[in-house]
Amino acid sequence: MSAVPITRRHFLKVTAAAGGGMLIGFYIPDAEAASVQPQPWTALPQGAEINAWLAIDKDGNVTIRVPHTEMGQGALTSVSMMIAEELHVDWTRVRAVFADANRHLRNNNEYKTMFTAGSALVRRQHPHIMQAGASARERLKEAAARAWGVDRKEIHARQGTLSFGNFSGTYAQFATAAAAITLPEEPAIKMPAEWWLLGKPLHRLDVDVKSNGSATYAIDAQMPGMVYAAVKACPVPWGRLKRFDDSAIKSRPGILATIALKAMPGKTDNSDLQDAVAVVGDSWWRAKTALDQLPIEWDTGAAASVSTESQRVEAQRLLDQAGVVVTEGEGTLAAIAAGEKVITAEYDRPWETHARMEPINATVNVTPERVDVWSPTQDQSVALQLAADQAGRHPKDVYVHTVFLGGGFGGNGGGGTAVTRQATELSKKLQRPVKAIWSREEDIAQDKQRPPNVTRLAAVLGERGLPSAWFTRSVWFTQDGIERVGPATADYAISNMPYQVPNRRHERINAKTHIPVTTHRAPGTNQHGFMTECFVDEVALAGGWDPLDWRLEMTKGLADWQLVLKTLKEKAGFRTDLPKGQGMGVAIVEDHGSICAACATVRVSRAGELVVAKVVIVIDSGHVINPHNAAEQLEGGVAWELTHAWLGGLELREGRFVNTNFDSYPLLRMSQMPAVEVHFALSGGRKWGGIGEPAGPPVPPAVANAIWFATGKRIRSTPFKSHDLSWS
Amino acid sequence: MNFALTVNGAIHDLAVEADTPLLWALREHLQLTGTKYGCGIAQCGACTIHLDGRPVRACVTPVSAAVGKQITTIEGLGTKDHPHPVQLAWTEVGVPQCGYCQSGQIMSAAALLAENPNPTDADIDAAMAGNLCRCGTYLRIRQGIKEAAILMANKSAPK
Repeated sequence: MSAVPITRRHFLKVTAAAGGGMLIGFYIPDAEAASVQPQPWTALPQGAEINAWLAIDKDGNVTIRVPHTEMGQGALTSVSMMIAEELHVDWTRVRAVFADANRHLRNNNEYKTMFTAGSALVRRQHPHIMQAGASARERLKEAAARAWGVDRKEIHARQGTLSFGNFSGTYAQFATAAAAITLPEEPAIKMPAEWWLLGKPLHRLDVDVKSNGSATYAIDAQMPGMVYAAVKACPVPWGRLKRFDDSAIKSRPGILATIALKAMPGKTDNSDLQDAVAVVGDSWWRAKTALDQLPIEWDTGAAASVSTESQRVEAQRLLDQAGVVVTEGEGTLAAIAAGEKVITAEYDRPWETHARMEPINATVNVTPERVDVWSPTQDQSVALQLAADQAGRHPKDVYVHTVFLGGGFGGNGGGGTAVTRQATELSKKLQRPVKAIWSREEDIAQDKQRPPNVTRLAAVLGERGLPSAWFTRSVWFTQDGIERVGPATADYAISNMPYQVPNRRHERINAKTHIPVTTHRAPGTNQHGFMTECFVDEVALAGGWDPLDWRLEMTKGLADWQLVLKTLKEKAGFRTDLPKGQGMGVAIVEDHGSICAACATVRVSRAGELVVAKVVIVIDSGHVINPHNAAEQLEGGVAWELTHAWLGGLELREGRFVNTNFDSYPLLRMSQMPAVEVHFALSGGRKWGGIGEPAGPPVPPAVANAIWFATGKRIRSTPFKSHDLSWS
Repeated sequence: MNFALTVNGAIHDLAVEADTPLLWALREHLQLTGTKYGCGIAQCGACTIHLDGRPVRACVTPVSAAVGKQITTIEGLGTKDHPHPVQLAWTEVGVPQCGYCQSGQIMSAAALLAENPNPTDADIDAAMAGNLCRCGTYLRIRQGIKEAAILMANKSAPK
């Protein structure tokens, strides 16, 4: 490889790294180390540990232990920034490592939570994370104060140096003493006005390792003597295994065992075992090709008659009945019945899957001494409990090794899937390390899916063409009819829509399905945001209103909504008079505490080919700790929901999904990605909203509304690709 | 059967079936795990490597087809001290999110720039059409490719 040109900025970066100033690394315990260290964290050579969150070595380098999953949302960087802010250290001296789930368990949930979901890391957890940094800083000051015989309040802590008058010392000098200090009272965290580091657009700490192939994911785990398992559960979820005949595959090279995995009676949680067959081999390719050849008979039961069409019929039947009242506006039904001008519509969204780029997998080694687990999970502490339960071992003997997660999107929430139990069970049976990988086909078939939704909406037009009543009734398909997400989340975009309509009523109906369901990046809001915000355009246009002006009018007095809408109006140049074949559309949705608006610009050819040219995003998340990372998350959110709205949709037939891989479940590609412009309209104060999820929900309605302006066609279901968008 | 494979400049002798995809030979036999499994049917590009400098999907390329050819994986594209310009650009721009697809993205981008040092947006769309990113880093990937093109142009310019 030839030398890289040294431009000035590269020179700075390279010399900084060579001089040892940029110590960005990851301690990922390898199998060997893990198998000999009863408590891996105690062996870290990173100097004095001031608390569970950070240690300072003799050169002043700070190691920050991050309990959260890094799944692309920037957890390693965000947690490190929040602690470095309070500690007040040179950012180039900070390195991030993953915290240990076993330590968390043994020390009584020392990190409070390892759960990484709900756009909550900064939004909800900044108080205790920043407090850990503040506490360390004050204890360092106290150590120096005692050594110098002065009051702690007199000491300054800046950029790794403690000082008072002529006294000066490094954090490293006082780290050991600080570790032994208990403060009489823990300090409060800083207010945003005092920040010196937070709010700056910093690059992520994990960019280097993710650009040279060295970042390790669960699927990359290696152990001596490890064997590989390919797994197939009944393609109709919760179907029973009748029999299989492994005589045909037994003699194939490298095939070690064919093992039946059985569901436990009464255990139907998302992470519980379903009936499945595992073929174990000396390579996953050999195991997988053998499994493909294995004759298996399933008892699929009554669920085999379920299809997208049968669920459509079921939804229509249920929509004719009253549902559970979520939002009660007295007089709504009477107003609808008596209304002179009533607008009605029905919207639906289909099944969607997570399709994380890293297929579901787990590596587990069950030994008499301990259990080691690599699992792609959004909560290591739950993966630990699952492995302990399946292995029949005390949780304290289970070590979950946190590595990078190749996409989460809510699909690995709650500790993941049955794969952790599958790998644990296989390792227990075979008494050796087992890596179980679901093929992409298995991943799509057995994922815990995003549920479909069908909603009827009705509005009465009153004075000035504005709505005087607003009624919605919604059907959700959930496993066994059991609530999985919770109506507060799932129905939020309808039940809590901001528009000031005098009479509002929302009803919800849970329909039963055999398909396991779970959260899916902005759960519920994706579906209901689309429906509400497209219907808003229908109502606004019927009343003679410009859709953006309608939203401004209907949110009068709601300062945060007005801020976002006015910023959108100023930045996006929304207009309704573009030539046919071109259109702009707007939408605004609140999700995970943030209000996010989108303005989409589309072109539709006469033949109906859609181009989404541009999406302008405006968000009020209250505060932003890293605008660079936040912008990336918002761009990603646009791609996420544009994928489903334009190209997505799973189809059920005979109880199973017809879509099997990326040829039949296409994802957005480079050429389809719109230009994205991000603007922050921050209301500040006490508001802390999420960033990872809120940009998705307003995108599909903004695009559908733009399609209406371009073509005159009102889209009430997704994917857009299934609609004829041609015009003349 | 035994196959002699030249991977990142080193020769390895592998005893595998002739139809074993290179992906699994690299990941399981040579422990080169930077190349990722995503779909197994050449739809996602996470397994993109170079065969004699050309981008191929390792998940559908049998080892028998790679004998006598130069195989380059993400681990061999650059070195720690001398990263490939695409890798430098990726860190400069800050492209990756979850990162799982990025080895494949980088290999496709490097192959594009080797053939076309100054690609247009349409060239980039065409060359990167086979690489999916679920996190939606496409805009940063495009920016990274343009940044890498500048780095490479600076390198080849007369001093």
